[in-house]
Amino acid sequence: MNAPVKSQIPAQNMDIHKASGASMREAFAATVRGALDDDPRVAVVLAVISGDKFREPGARHPGRVIDVGIREQALVGVAGGLALTGMRPIVHSYAPFLVERPFEQLKISLSHQGVGAILVGIGGSYDASFAGRTHQAPGDVAVLDSLPGWAVHVPGHPDEVRQLLLQEIPRDRPVYLRLSSEANRAPVPVSEKLTVVRRGSGRSAGVVVAVGPMLDRTLEATAGLDVTVAYASTVRPFDREGLNRIVAAAGSADVLVVEPYLQGTSAHEVSAALADRRHRQLGLGVSRAEELRAYGTPAEHARAHGLDAEGIAKAARDFFLV
Amino acid sequence: MRMTTAAVFSRYADLPALIGLMEGDEKHSEAAHSTLDVIWTLYDRVLRVAPDTADAPDRDRFLLSKGHGPAAYYAVLAAKGFLDVPTLRTWGTYDSPLGFHPDRTLVPGIEIGSGSLGHGLPLALGSALGVRAQGIRRADGTEPRVVVLVGDGELQEGSNHEAIAAAARLGADNLTAVVVDNRSATPPWPGGVGARFEVEGWEVRSERGRHHDAVHRALTDPHPGRPLAVVVTTPSES
Repeated sequence: MNAPVKSQIPAQNMDIHKASGASMREAFAATVRGALDDDPRVAVVLAVISGDKFREPGARHPGRVIDVGIREQALVGVAGGLALTGMRPIVHSYAPFLVERPFEQLKISLSHQGVGAILVGIGGSYDASFAGRTHQAPGDVAVLDSLPGWAVHVPGHPDEVRQLLLQEIPRDRPVYLRLSSEANRAPVPVSEKLTVVRRGSGRSAGVVVAVGPMLDRTLEATAGLDVTVAYASTVRPFDREGLNRIVAAAGSADVLVVEPYLQGTSAHEVSAALADRRHRQLGLGVSRAEELRAYGTPAEHARAHGLDAEGIAKAARDFFLV
Repeated sequence: MRMTTAAVFSRYADLPALIGLMEGDEKHSEAAHSTLDVIWTLYDRVLRVAPDTADAPDRDRFLLSKGHGPAAYYAVLAAKGFLDVPTLRTWGTYDSPLGFHPDRTLVPGIEIGSGSLGHGLPLALGSALGVRAQGIRRADGTEPRVVVLVGDGELQEGSNHEAIAAAARLGADNLTAVVVDNRSATPPWPGGVGARFEVEGWEVRSERGRHHDAVHRALTDPHPGRPLAVVVTTPSES
């Protein structure tokens, strides 16, 4: 990990909610409020967090906004029960309390029962940088990856949050929607397939896959390189076929993946996608080396993990041998 | 006269023979069958669910949370026609729908897969809230109920206590917890296991499992506004 730079933001301006994806979080709340009106299957299950955003629709739709208190095992268990009766639960909390604390409930009370829910997490990775390790869950996608059949969406813009929710609400499958306070300047239309946002030449150095909020900084970091940049807002199921095709059109089968969570989380997907050819790959993400015991801003944490434009640019030059 | 196997094996007195199809005729373990009487009473006299309504939205739902030792449960399901009697002989084999822990996706009529302790009560609470949120009613206007069976040892898992606390506060009076108390919690619950429910606003009743009429009453007397806990002590304590 690199040494963190000095904070540019005065500590009194750090608000835990602002640092937890206020904009994506607002898009989530507005979309789900609308869904409560439009779809009688929708139920919202909360453990206090964001309760204020659903008080009004909860009064209009008795029994469909359920706050179980600060009880995250019950949060997921209740969601499983709602799904067993045919409802479409939307379950929401901070990522560590939604995915890690009740992980066995995700495995048994949802997956093993053969029912789904839409988990909407805030505070992805180091969004709550100033709050410390207790409010961070960079391993969220990695632990969910051990369960079959989950869709994992990592939107890069509030508009993508809305589109993804509208797609998933009518369905039944288990879904994790990872919201972040970090976002790109513009949305990319959501797709389960990789979207090529910059195409390299036939003699390009390789392919860069940017996940969710990593897109803008990845484009900036690779602006001077002849590489193809593809974007993913859905990482599970991973578009293996698409990656294989994009790599086939590139000059080299070298793949750099930039993920906003635990480094190398999708390495096995890249391996499987390119099993038919010799290839190289490198994953950038939140460091696995040690727990980063630092507060400060998300920008400082991004820098510490080499996930700012400068860090990505350096890693890309080294990896693509330019 | 033609009789189906279901008609032959459909009485309380047949349950030991049905269990024997799974476990052989050796003396049956207490842990596996501490639930037998109460599950029989539920399916015979309380729950409004049958093989042809196993998927009906307005059915009563029974969730076996204490999923280990499911032989008694399978035996009752066979006696009531949810399972073919010969299927019991396949218990635990590779392609049997009947495992040492139940899997709801393999057997119609089994409401949850369980085995890992502490999942049934939160799932039952969610099911009760789901029935209520959708305004599901039977043709006669009554609301379907959700009954979950937990063990006193199982209640050591903290997830139960999250659901116990949340249930009464959410007013889930269509939820019933049957606590089979075979005193396997070590050390035992101070003041009895029912006290854990009572302090959270549940209606609590205690009965001996073999007393089918008394258990039936405890499960069916009204308890408006409050979820119901029926603590059932097992035969060895009766």
